Amino acid sequence: MSNTKVNDFVVRFANVNGTGSASANFLFTKAIFRMGIPVTPKNIFPSNIQGLPTWYEVRVSEKGYLGRREGIDMMVAVNPQSMLNDVKAVKSGGYFLYDSSKKLHDQYIREDIHYIGIPLMTLCNEAYTDARQRQLFKNIVYVGALIALLDIEFKEVEGLLADQFQGKEKLIPSNIKALQLGIDYIHKNFKYPLDIRVERRNLLKDAIMMEGNAACGLGAVYAGATFAAWYPITPSTSVVEGFAEYAAEFRTDKITGKKNVAIVQAEDELAAIGMVIGANWNGARSFTATSGPGLSLMNEFLGLAYFAEIPTVLVDVQRTGPSTGMPTRTQQSDILEAAYASHGDTKHVLVFPSTPKECFELVADSFDLAEQLQTPVIVMIDLDLGMNDHVTPPLVWDDKREYKRGKVLSAADLEKIEKFGRYLDVDNDGITYRTIPGTHASKGSFFTRGTSRDEYAAYTEDSAAYQRNMDRLIKKWNTAKDMVPAPQVYNQKNNSENGILFFGTSQYAAEEAMDILKQEGIAMDAIRLRGFPFNKTVEDFVKSHKKVFVIEQNRDAQMKSLLMIELQADPNKLISVLNYDGMPITADNILKQITKNLSPSSKLN
Amino acid sequence: MSYVKPKFRHPELPKNKLGYTVDYYEGALSTLCAGCGHDSISSAIIQGCYEMNIEPHRLAKLSGIGCSSKTPAYFLSNSHGFNSVHGRMPSVATGANMANRDLIYFGVSGDGDTASIGMGQFVHVIRRNLNMTYIVMNNGCYGLTKGQDSATADEGSKNKTGQVNLFESIDLASLAIELGATFVAQSFSGDKTQLVPLIKAAMKHPGFAFINVISPCVTFNNNLGSTKSYDYVREHVEATATMDFVPQMQEISVSYDKGSQKQVKMHDGSLITLNKLAEEWDPLNRQSAMNAVLNAKSKGEILTGLLYVNPDSKDLHHLIQTSDKPLNSLVKSELCPGADALKEINAGLR
Ligand SMILES: Cc1ncc(C[n+]2csc(CCOP(=O)(O)OP(=O)(O)O)c2C)c(N)n1
Ligand code: SF4
Ligand SMILES: [Mg+2]
Repeated sequence: MSNTKVNDFVVRFANVNGTGSASANFLFTKAIFRMGIPVTPKNIFPSNIQGLPTWYEVRVSEKGYLGRREGIDMMVAVNPQSMLNDVKAVKSGGYFLYDSSKKLHDQYIREDIHYIGIPLMTLCNEAYTDARQRQLFKNIVYVGALIALLDIEFKEVEGLLADQFQGKEKLIPSNIKALQLGIDYIHKNFKYPLDIRVERRNLLKDAIMMEGNAACGLGAVYAGATFAAWYPITPSTSVVEGFAEYAAEFRTDKITGKKNVAIVQAEDELAAIGMVIGANWNGARSFTATSGPGLSLMNEFLGLAYFAEIPTVLVDVQRTGPSTGMPTRTQQSDILEAAYASHGDTKHVLVFPSTPKECFELVADSFDLAEQLQTPVIVMIDLDLGMNDHVTPPLVWDDKREYKRGKVLSAADLEKIEKFGRYLDVDNDGITYRTIPGTHASKGSFFTRGTSRDEYAAYTEDSAAYQRNMDRLIKKWNTAKDMVPAPQVYNQKNNSENGILFFGTSQYAAEEAMDILKQEGIAMDAIRLRGFPFNKTVEDFVKSHKKVFVIEQNRDAQMKSLLMIELQADPNKLISVLNYDGMPITADNILKQITKNLSPSSKLN
Repeated sequence: MSYVKPKFRHPELPKNKLGYTVDYYEGALSTLCAGCGHDSISSAIIQGCYEMNIEPHRLAKLSGIGCSSKTPAYFLSNSHGFNSVHGRMPSVATGANMANRDLIYFGVSGDGDTASIGMGQFVHVIRRNLNMTYIVMNNGCYGLTKGQDSATADEGSKNKTGQVNLFESIDLASLAIELGATFVAQSFSGDKTQLVPLIKAAMKHPGFAFINVISPCVTFNNNLGSTKSYDYVREHVEATATMDFVPQMQEISVSYDKGSQKQVKMHDGSLITLNKLAEEWDPLNRQSAMNAVLNAKSKGEILTGLLYVNPDSKDLHHLIQTSDKPLNSLVKSELCPGADALKEINAGLR
């Protein structure tokens, strides 16, 4: 039994926010990553800067399951505030590592778990004189203890410290000393390693570890975005910060210090999206990032961009709503809000990346899409993807790739045409030609407006002209179906009368659940959505299965609604698998909800 | 309805340096009420652009929503225009300007559009010193929604139904000066002689140039007791100075009395010559300009003319160090770090 725990366990760290635990915990995760073992960390943090409990949960999975898993095999408990609940959270037979500088009160004692007491405070008080160091190195001492207990390779940790303190090598020895304190203490007082432990594998090959938000920011740099406007909001802030960092590196003139990029921190989200629309209107690729409350504020402008047909890229890093909700927890609950943002008959193109690699790619694609379709494209990710590190394949870029700027007329093009009509459907695909201000002295100017207009952009209240325009927008919408990222279909041919449908961060847990179902002899087809409007593949998948389990992380089954509205899908065949407690969805949860709904006949054997 | 202006040209109309006659700067036929102050401002804009030899396609005109915000359709039909949403023109202008620093940005707004729904964006566009001209066509009411009081309606002013406004008004000019706007002027739609040079100077100003123009709404706020009516404004207007604007250092002959004259040299060498009428007022001094506006206001007068200018103004592009080349003209080779750089980034993430 003990053998099954090699490279297969969950450790949770219970820390106090703002005490320097984040970098120690990351050191732990990254060392396991460098041993070639699939590992996935999740920050469970408060909306607070200092003082409140914060957790960091690390799942190690030889099988490569990167979703969250219930059941904590080891708790590293260094926060007295949350200790009582932390004790309760440990799986029976699991481990509880705590600071034994003070005796553990009886209320924390359980018969069915193992206690590993390390006098973290005492050790640090003896070894260091500076108060800040005493505090910080407590974290490093427990990492040392974990190195011994879980059999982590010391040289990987050493290597990480060398990387981390490049240029500040003076700081390395004191860190090594703290690690050693932890290791020695375990060596002297406990049996090691434990049954839960790691063993070097070479499973990750050239994978990288990255947060989705940073990947989005980098994607925008590669896509040639030259302008970003934003208003800070968790969990989206690090999208534009990531963009700014990479842009500073790659877009600054070494001699003059001038930049091939402009970034404005706006006064609110209304202004942020307004600026982005203004810049795109004027021919510069630009974008903003926000979360639910910001998306709500952007509604009026999104409607303008839809109706006036101005390319716009927006990254929505979803968090737990409604209202301010749980600002530091994850959810996929802005789907309907984003799809139909703004009054009137308005709908928007959505894309759904599920890994950092896809964040990079789909953000880059979104700039092409937005300009080709001349409409807003909303990149839907969530806090889990945006703010947690994920093991992901390396990012790739093809140098031959050109930016697709869509139907933009140059001065020479304008010379050739008799009369320019901004909203004339010349190609019969619903997508019309635009001009950028300043292009031609006497041809190509037009008035952009949110009011109804005719094919030549002149204001009109003529019903027929209004309706023609609305119908053309739907034609464009239909054109978009085969331009948005295609879904990922797991089986080329249907193997089952039942299917699973999911998107975004549910991918990890959904794939794990599918594996387990398969082991139990329950075959299921599966599809992962990557774009909206839905194309024919999605429609066929829904049509050709008797039951479709729609996995999503919100209360109201928003994706199910969208399928019903846009595909006229039968609500009775769409069975919701929901998770909306603010934590990333787990395979267990999916399995429970699916099996409850399955009749015995769907088992093949 | 869509209106197309009948075009007939006077063969003998004078041409500017670019060879354009003034009608080249016109727009579609106005649909505003006959006598609306906003139309007079449009014609001052047309005149100013003509005199400044502006290539219409190198100017972008932007607005919010309101009768005033409709006017960009009525001037410069060869310019791109953007009629955005209510109160949010400053943000659209900011993005547009960031995309291409080489165009002239001309924003038109109303007092509702600026002083109420758009106050936040107005304040922040000033803070950023965006290089644009921003005109508020100020009629003390919401014309387009049929005459409700706006936040610039003076306390005690009566509207058409006889109701008295109980609230303190927001004075946009002194507010702009206080917020650090680098060019602030005030004028009256009926005073084209003053308005045209102000518009010309504003377009040359390298930063945020604000002109608050009192512009009576003949339909809803031109009644007895209104402080934004033609009659009231004509009676209470007091100019800071008569003014002349000379682009880019030409020889000028001045006929003013030397003692009261002030010249302001702009960044490119253009000259603003002010023949001072107001006492104890220095257009280069923020404090003094604020005092002059507020003093006039306390006497029930409207001080017009150039109120304040900072000739050392540095616009947003200077502040954030954007490249000299317009961002919208940059191509892939200047923007994309490429596959090799990405390999290094990947390596750093292992
Ligand atoms: C979000 C929003 N709220 C309300 C309106 C209705 N509305 C249109 S114009 C206007 C007021 C315009 O007043 P002002 O800016 O002073 O322009 P004026 O018509 O007086 O020139 C209002 C309230 C709107 N268009 N959008
Ligand atoms: S309602 Fe007033 S502001 Fe509007 S067009 Fe008529 S006169 Fe002008
Ligand atoms: Mg008004």
